Amino acid sequence: MKAIRLAAAAALVALSCGAASAQSHLRIGLAEDPDVLDPTLARTYVGRIVFASICDKLFDIDEKLSVIPQLGLSHETSEDGKTVTIKLRPGVKFHDGEAFNAEAAKFSLERHLTMQGSFRRPELAVVDTVEVVDPLTIKLNLKSPFSPLIAQLTDRAGMMVSPKAAKEAGDKFGLKPVCAGPYKFVERVQQDRIVVEKFADYWNKANVHIDRITYLPIVDATVRLANLKSGGLDLIERLAATDMAAVKSDNRLKLFATPDLSYMGITINVANGEKAKNPLGQHAKVRQALELSLDREAINQVVFNGEFVPGNQWVSPQNTYYQQSLPMPKRDVTKAKALIKEAGVATPITIDFMVPQGAELKATSEVIQAMAAEAGFDMRIRVTEFATSLKMGEQGEYQAYLINWSGRTDPDGNAFIFHKTKAPQNNSGISNPEVDKALDEARLTSDPAKRKAIYERAAKIVNTEIPILYLYHRKVLIAQTTRVDGFVPVPDGLVRVVGLRIK
Amino acid sequence: MLTFLAKRIVQLIPTLFFVSVLIFSLQQLLPGDPALIMAGEDRDPAVIEQIRKQYRLDQPIPVQYVFWVKGVLSGDLGESMRNKQKVLDLVLQKLPVTMQLAGMAIVIALLIGVSAGIVSAVYKDTPLDYAANVLALWGLSTPNFWLGIMLIFLFSVQLGWLPPSGYVPLTEDWRQSLATTIMPAFVLGNAIAAVLMRHTRSAMLQALNSDYVRTARAKGLLERTVILKHAMRNALTPVITLGALEFGTLLSGAVLTEQIFTIPGFGKLIIDAVFNRDYAVVQGVVLITATTYITLNLIADLLYVLVNPRLRA
Repeated sequence: MKAIRLAAAAALVALSCGAASAQSHLRIGLAEDPDVLDPTLARTYVGRIVFASICDKLFDIDEKLSVIPQLGLSHETSEDGKTVTIKLRPGVKFHDGEAFNAEAAKFSLERHLTMQGSFRRPELAVVDTVEVVDPLTIKLNLKSPFSPLIAQLTDRAGMMVSPKAAKEAGDKFGLKPVCAGPYKFVERVQQDRIVVEKFADYWNKANVHIDRITYLPIVDATVRLANLKSGGLDLIERLAATDMAAVKSDNRLKLFATPDLSYMGITINVANGEKAKNPLGQHAKVRQALELSLDREAINQVVFNGEFVPGNQWVSPQNTYYQQSLPMPKRDVTKAKALIKEAGVATPITIDFMVPQGAELKATSEVIQAMAAEAGFDMRIRVTEFATSLKMGEQGEYQAYLINWSGRTDPDGNAFIFHKTKAPQNNSGISNPEVDKALDEARLTSDPAKRKAIYERAAKIVNTEIPILYLYHRKVLIAQTTRVDGFVPVPDGLVRVVGLRIK
Repeated sequence: MLTFLAKRIVQLIPTLFFVSVLIFSLQQLLPGDPALIMAGEDRDPAVIEQIRKQYRLDQPIPVQYVFWVKGVLSGDLGESMRNKQKVLDLVLQKLPVTMQLAGMAIVIALLIGVSAGIVSAVYKDTPLDYAANVLALWGLSTPNFWLGIMLIFLFSVQLGWLPPSGYVPLTEDWRQSLATTIMPAFVLGNAIAAVLMRHTRSAMLQALNSDYVRTARAKGLLERTVILKHAMRNALTPVITLGALEFGTLLSGAVLTEQIFTIPGFGKLIIDAVFNRDYAVVQGVVLITATTYITLNLIADLLYVLVNPRLRA
């Protein structure tokens, strides 16, 4: 028996030993398979993780969410806020050897603006024209002042593509992207792997230490972690919150948990079609009662072992735009009951509570259900497949909808499209002229202190009207083996590969 | 034989037409809007409108169907909305993976199932028979996802002998390729082995009690010859059909197993496409697997005829 076991072990080990290579190789486990790798046509979050190695942007953000130079060295907004001048980095080359200059930057931005099927057009909608000032300077002429613009250029809208390659490939550019990032695209097997290799002419090549990176999409979080533990992967993104303890207790692994830009909230149907006609949708007091019936800290403790960040606004309490004047209310069931009574509504208040599929959402919704019940709410959980829930959310086929927003660097991205009247993601149907005015005004102002004061006006109304009941902010959970060195977590959750080493 | 073949092939045409209509119309019943999913998290109305136009989602369903069938008849299965890749290319990329996995799984299933079936029939009502039955019951009742995760924990995390997931093509490195596929193939084969074992056992028992076996024994043939040459050959006919059908099912993709082991085969392709409402991919893959399934069924029938000449009439 022992001999058989040994023979089996030997055979399996023989199978698993591939040819060793001298090149340093980093294997990153992704939670999903990215969509098309064209900065203009891409739309998934996971795709941005891959772009972080192949496509440099005009600007980037650092761990404190400050804008830092990348292909753009500096930016200057005119007095009237209607032109933005950007100085470009000299000596930059694309992966095909073409030079990066003002012409190339103009081409890339115009491609984002005009290409058929571009997902960047709404992000850059305010840009009227792009001018070449000199070979290393461009000027963006805006239709109106728009302070979140620079933040947009720190993401896909700021990614520069090789004009020559983009013209040749047309809408197939994403099958073999040619950009100016630290790594160049090698191959992709759908749902299996994306391979990139070090770009010898990168502008910051002194800080690129790994020869090759393979991105492997592994959807199941348990299997992703198993791969990390067994050495099949070096780094994984979006670790399941429930696996944090397992990673912490393993001395071969290292965990990074940084508050991210997202929020989890309950969108409440206040004026989106027939289903808004219910006590929760009609009375702000009932919504306030629902808020008071919940203990955000307890949700965090029960579902996430206290690892996430409870919050009551569209940005997390650590964010500079968090309004200290609007603190998180403590749970108060008596007061909640009193508010329901004031509203003149009979209990139990039955609520159709739509919850997209997923262990985390399901657990959260069950805790909410139990807590709210004590104040007289009967939250009827309706677990719905994600794609279906999006459609129903848009059509107002719900009364309460538990949904996460991945978050944007600029607070505008977390507020405008949700609370402005008739904005694309205003699923609650809220329409408040004061909120609209504040949200518009914040777009015209670049001074952070002034913007914060403007947002305060909107946040005050939102926290009273409660079209979205904010609950908590997730953390970027990244786990790696101790072989990897130099990883710096940034709130957007992307894996920046410059500076990384493999021991 | 040729008339039989011709008849069966003619029957294929209406079947495939029916399948194509079914695939297309059933998919339209899926809730959710592909344009909304495609538009990403931002879901800008202008972008959504444009996607609808680009992929003809704004046209009536019969019109969409005609466009699709026209494409299919000229060999164009369309393009993935998500990745911009041709559906045919995607299918060709996944086909060898799924073939390899299905092939290995069926070999494992046959090895375990048929031999366990014969042993338990020959040694009926002995501890060996009971053991084989318990094994079969275990194989049938163990869920794939559970067995998969357990194998990963044992062989990859604890023992470190096998890679926990991923896939390496046979042509690239055959040892790595076998290492990455052995666990999923076992998981898939395990369940099928149980079914095959039960069938082999009952067919063998019937054969062993038949007159010709008694005659063979009376002639003084070796027991081994009686079992392997006389009883087994006859008993295996239904098992062949079953094996071919199971192989067909495997080719249509082992959704859960592929998901757990991250094997980039049909199962994974189709499940991702369904969740992303990537209609062209779903339609293309289902059409191809349906065709494969029907063809395999046909081949099984032909094999049947070859093994049992009485059916040729």
